[in-house]
Amino acid sequence: MAKDRKLVFHIFRHNPNDPDSKPRLQDFSLEETPRMTLFTALTRIREELDPSLQFDFVCRSAICGSCAMLVNGRPRLACRTRTAELPERMTLLPLPFFRLVGDLSVDTGSWFREVGLRVESWIHTTQPFDPQAQEERMSNDQAQLIYELDRCIECGCCVAACAAAQMNSSYLGPSGLMRMARFLADPRDQRTNAAVFEVIGTEDGVFGCVGFLACDDYCPKGLPFAAQLAYLRRKMALTGLRPSQNDRRAAVAPFSAQKSH
Amino acid sequence: MTIYTDVLVIGAGLAGERAAIEVASRGFKVTILSLVPPRRSHSTAAQGGMQAALGNMTKSQGDSPDVHFEDTVKGSDWGCEQDVARLFVTQAPVAVRQTSYWGVPWTRVVAGSRQLPDGEVIEETQEKEGLIAARNFGGTKKWRACFASDGTGHALVYTLDNVVIQLGVEVHDRVEAVALIHDGQRCYGAVVRDLRTGQLRTYVAQATVVATGGHGRIYGHSTNAVINEGTGMAIAQDTGVVPLGNMEAVQFHPTGVVPGDILVSEACRGDGGYLLDKDEHRFMPDYEPEKKELASRDVVSRRMVQHIRKGFGVESPYGPHLWLDIRHLGKKHIETNLREVADICRDFLGLDAVRQLIPVRPTQHYSMGGIRTDINGRAYGLAGLYAVGETACWDLHGFNRLGGNSLAETLVMGMVVGGRIAQDLEWLEMPFPQGVVTALIQDATRQVEERVRHLMAGGPEYVYDLRNEMSHILLEKVGVFRNEKDLTEAVEGLVKLHQRASQLGLRSSGVGANPEVAAALRLPGMIRLATTIAYGALKRTESRGSHSREDYPYRDDANWLKRTLATWSPGADLPSLSYEPVRITELPPGDRGYGEGKVVSAKATTEGERVHG
Repeated sequence: MAKDRKLVFHIFRHNPNDPDSKPRLQDFSLEETPRMTLFTALTRIREELDPSLQFDFVCRSAICGSCAMLVNGRPRLACRTRTAELPERMTLLPLPFFRLVGDLSVDTGSWFREVGLRVESWIHTTQPFDPQAQEERMSNDQAQLIYELDRCIECGCCVAACAAAQMNSSYLGPSGLMRMARFLADPRDQRTNAAVFEVIGTEDGVFGCVGFLACDDYCPKGLPFAAQLAYLRRKMALTGLRPSQNDRRAAVAPFSAQKSH
Repeated sequence: MTIYTDVLVIGAGLAGERAAIEVASRGFKVTILSLVPPRRSHSTAAQGGMQAALGNMTKSQGDSPDVHFEDTVKGSDWGCEQDVARLFVTQAPVAVRQTSYWGVPWTRVVAGSRQLPDGEVIEETQEKEGLIAARNFGGTKKWRACFASDGTGHALVYTLDNVVIQLGVEVHDRVEAVALIHDGQRCYGAVVRDLRTGQLRTYVAQATVVATGGHGRIYGHSTNAVINEGTGMAIAQDTGVVPLGNMEAVQFHPTGVVPGDILVSEACRGDGGYLLDKDEHRFMPDYEPEKKELASRDVVSRRMVQHIRKGFGVESPYGPHLWLDIRHLGKKHIETNLREVADICRDFLGLDAVRQLIPVRPTQHYSMGGIRTDINGRAYGLAGLYAVGETACWDLHGFNRLGGNSLAETLVMGMVVGGRIAQDLEWLEMPFPQGVVTALIQDATRQVEERVRHLMAGGPEYVYDLRNEMSHILLEKVGVFRNEKDLTEAVEGLVKLHQRASQLGLRSSGVGANPEVAAALRLPGMIRLATTIAYGALKRTESRGSHSREDYPYRDDANWLKRTLATWSPGADLPSLSYEPVRITELPPGDRGYGEGKVVSAKATTEGERVHG
């Protein structure tokens, strides 16, 4: 880190609940400190310079997905962005696509709940739970594969970066499709390929993807979007061509074909 | 605006959602309130594991609820309710298997042999292959912590929230309960501030469940998420009739990273990691020859502070720390089972855990204390009020919680208490006295409005100044080691801060979803929690579990085999303390088998003040 940098933050300001508020950029200056992140910087700006500044941090360790924003135009998790990686002057904007709560805070929660409802993001099974029984067995490889696809933290970076989502507000988005892939990979879920096709086999689903794969570039968790979107697309195309094949699908793209973080 | 529901759950972490699922699946209307979208809850941060005696591993052979019970009671330093612990250990296997049914990708047993970091070779059997695996955690006799790769909390939160969506349970996020509606006898719901707009509204419910997690952020330096400010405990205490139990019981986790206080999982030590000092000497075996790094958290944290005080800490601009060494576990293991740890080291410390040492020191982590409830989760003092999870003092953990018992508690207690609420609603006559409730709603709302007006009118004090002073007092004087002088000063300082907090004003406009208003509304309650911790610690003249008094180094079963209950009367400067006996049903107080082991037993005292060293 260069010594004694004075950082200037151009921060988007707007309070939709204040009739006098107009969207604008406001500048704040801070002396840089060792190992400063955007979490420590924004917290200091709020506590020392402007206590009305709105932003969302929860875990401050890159696992809860609250703090995604545009940092110099790119979607990323603010908590794990070190200022040392950035030039002295930087611009912070709220994520596009999502409804603005105020300043840097956007409503990702409502959107992701809606996506969860649309893909029916739960195990579909007719088998009841037996509290007396031993758990059902599963190979560890299978469990690890499901876990890999379940690691999405719903931060919204992929959606904010996605060209298809900007053009079509009802698109399920990369994370919505990844959610479906997670359940396709899970043998406990008894949905058939045809049932999955009903959910994602449309322009608002897997056929809405235009293949720019910004999701794959910007996912802070390194989820295997490229492999899974290609896989889902092929699977759904085949299911659409041969809808009579309603049998239970095989597992998704093999573990070894997925990129590591 | 008033919203009516059968059951109001305040908090959407694992405990709140598990309770909600139980009540909703029995046909009641449940509304969950949350500061943040449920999947952002702090439960997500639990990396390591969930204790349940499944006994599927070679190193778990012979495990049973009985062994889990014994570990839990010893871990609590005989401070827990033993009937609660018995219920808990019996239900934990059911709770973990149910989450497997719901979709959690638990890591599974793989047959074959492998070598542990200490050289021992273990063989997993074909017979158990594919069942839920477990790893080692501190303070336990057997490998019992079930885990989902490196993100157990994440997998559990997402799975439970999926069930919440499936059941159609309403979740109102970005709202904060700022007061309970009650008449001193019964709770009728809560006054809630919408964090999107700043507007107030009320929720009226037959049953209100507080599930807001811990209070770690009052310490400033804490492994807790920034939303863990103890708000649920504070609004319960504000009723003046609901006691908080054992608030002086605060856990410090041995491995918060320096700087930043982010937790690196106990799994690091469970999987074979070492603690090293400035000479890179592995010092824990010197203090704890048997359990080494895997004694209970209170013991390891004390040994670390002791060792730093002897001058073996590593100096840094952020104060002295020690090293956590996981290098010998190997790249493959670190990048799969400890990947979250490797990520934290890389992203926040700029170091590679495969090749470098991790700077750590004991950091505030968990509150064993909380809203005192009975075994059914019913809060003392107010009918219709319940509490679950970390915010409750059920009391499963006594004076020290075992790693992996908190995730297990959220699920078991949520399940048990959710079921009990459903029964209470089915069997008890709990009609709303409509006119009375309307008056109570108006009254409670007016009081909150008055507080907001008072802030807007403007006093000289600034919320973040006072909050930093509060944290400083707790860190300096109510930490791992405590004594009468420090605690007295802490109580005096906090009482003064509490008075100053009545003079809070705003530096911003306060219009709309203003975060300064939210912080200023919270702060007086946080200072009362801090005072309750310090005052309870001052009065407890013994050392038990995490409560370690330098001036009273012995566990005193003759005088202190009891639980602190603290209520706060409106307008008072200090809480009033009373005590209740600890329920001992099976395992009489004895030696934990690790730690300092200094005990004044109840029997010894009657024989004449004999002290066991």
